[in-house]
Amino acid sequence: MNRDHLRILLPVLSLGILLAAVFYMQPRAMSYFGLNLLFNLAVPVALATIAQMMILMVNDIDLSIGTFVSFCACVTATFVQTDPLIGYGILFAAILVYAGMGAIIYARGLPAIVVTLGMSFFWSGMAVLVLPSPGGSAPDWLRTLMTAKTPFLPVAIIAPIVIAVVMHYFIKRSSLGVLLRGVGGNEQAIERSGWSVMGLKAFAYGVAALFCVLSGMALVGLATSADANIALRYTLLSIAGVILGGGEFTGGRVSPIGAVIGALTLTLAASFLSFLHLSPDWQIGAQGAILIIVLAVRLVFTRREALI
Amino acid sequence: MNFKSMLLGAIAGTVVLVSGQAMADTSGKTIALSNNYAGNSWRQAMLESWGKVAYQAVQDGVVAGADAFTTSENQATEQAAQIQNMILQGYDAIVLNAASPTAINGAVKEACDAGIIVVSFDGIVTEPCAWRIAVDFKQMGRDQVKYLEQRYPDGGNLLEIRGLAGVFVDDEISAGIHEQVESTKFDIVGSVHGDWAQDVAQKAVAGILPSLPEVKAIVTQGGDGYGAAQAFEAAGRPTPTIIMGNRRDELQWWKEQKDANGYETTSLSIAPGVSTLGFWVAQQILDGKEVPKDLTVPFLRVDQDTLEEILAETPVGSVANVEYALEDAQKLIQSAK
Repeated sequence: MNRDHLRILLPVLSLGILLAAVFYMQPRAMSYFGLNLLFNLAVPVALATIAQMMILMVNDIDLSIGTFVSFCACVTATFVQTDPLIGYGILFAAILVYAGMGAIIYARGLPAIVVTLGMSFFWSGMAVLVLPSPGGSAPDWLRTLMTAKTPFLPVAIIAPIVIAVVMHYFIKRSSLGVLLRGVGGNEQAIERSGWSVMGLKAFAYGVAALFCVLSGMALVGLATSADANIALRYTLLSIAGVILGGGEFTGGRVSPIGAVIGALTLTLAASFLSFLHLSPDWQIGAQGAILIIVLAVRLVFTRREALI
Repeated sequence: MNFKSMLLGAIAGTVVLVSGQAMADTSGKTIALSNNYAGNSWRQAMLESWGKVAYQAVQDGVVAGADAFTTSENQATEQAAQIQNMILQGYDAIVLNAASPTAINGAVKEACDAGIIVVSFDGIVTEPCAWRIAVDFKQMGRDQVKYLEQRYPDGGNLLEIRGLAGVFVDDEISAGIHEQVESTKFDIVGSVHGDWAQDVAQKAVAGILPSLPEVKAIVTQGGDGYGAAQAFEAAGRPTPTIIMGNRRDELQWWKEQKDANGYETTSLSIAPGVSTLGFWVAQQILDGKEVPKDLTVPFLRVDQDTLEEILAETPVGSVANVEYALEDAQKLIQSAK
């Protein structure tokens, strides 16, 4: 068993235990229909978590994910639906803005936490401009995709698996992935060996933006329409998801599979607490408690990791 | 027996038969309340009312269960997940106050597809398969002017206190007031934003007061009447007829004035107990009754005669409340048909 295996073991275990508890309390969830209901809202969360992972990987943090996903959702529910060409154009431009933001953060040595916090107000304003009052509608193909009745496993299960596997091969196996992790781990080493760190950072931010766009689209596909505040929760959920999945704030140490599992665990934890009939006053606290327990257990694991 | 009476008899028979069939039993059914926010006194009173009525209904065997759920954060994605959990838990009906009129439509549709009755109130959803018990804010504005017209058929000057600028509710109530004023002899001589808060309203009214001629009455949006009264008192001007918004401090002030000098006005707002109306409407639908998809929340009105009674029941810092009964829901459904 190597480090990576150990790192992924804990998220898998926590998801397994939570899932078992939910199945025990609500046997109805143990079906195609039930799994879909339990996990379909985790798909956009998983995509946003991957986006956050890309940023954490290059040793930055993104506080604008929630508002950016909301903005993408608003564009999807309006322009993409009515004038697809303009709609995709806006989304593509937004990805370029994100990549540019990554480049500027590196070039000027700005703290990403401040820049992204500032950008979060920008995106929030843009979202209100695009969709002043809640509404819009999902493009038909998107609705069909998100509610498709796939054989054996529901979309809500297939999508996270696909996301996790694709990103695992990209981040862990491709040479570009190694470089990106290198930027987070040791920026100078990458620069001295002749790579453009600015380009790599811009690329990481661009990929993050792409996943935010996908997240926003998935969300609209599920919700059928948008709201300028639809995904505000995703900023913190995505950070918690990455950390829960074995990632770390110090760059370079991330696990795409873990991040997706972390997102699923967070979604499931909320359902678990609601099945418990826990009073809402206690729910936020209890959600926090689950996080702390998992992270505390991780400390034990990292100790062992150090011994290997 | 002629043909006509035979026909009538047949119709009556059919009606009895049909209504007999429609009387499905709801004692085995469960209803859930999905609430998106509990952070103010209105929402607290709303949950309390639900708890009271739902508990009684379960005790009486009207329904098997009626649990209330509030999301831990006021977010549409949270509420969508909450509704999906309710589907899994197998509730027969979901009564909801929505975080967004559109963003939880997907989850609502899923609930409908699973055969669940969805009734939204106050914060309604646009998904066509759900029932809506909406607040007619325009009517709230119109009703105020109608009352004043009755009191002062010869008209006079009105001061308008509005809510928070740029909010949909503020625009609607104000539009209702202006619409109704056009057909009367009243003049709106001033308009200020009171942000639905007594202190803001007091400052705003005090600011505009020196420039105003004699004011006959004040039209308001609730939560601002007491502040307006204070501003008039501080300026030493005669107190006009101020329409109140059912807040405890407003009713208290009104009662004091009434005892001192026979002050007369009226007060109207939405009772937080509207959640219980949602409960009974859902119960009626489960019962097999035919209910129109769009219903309107009735206003809770406090009059000169009912003031003492309602004031005594309203806790300090809260708003006048009423729990609706099955008959109220039936009346509402009847009136909408």
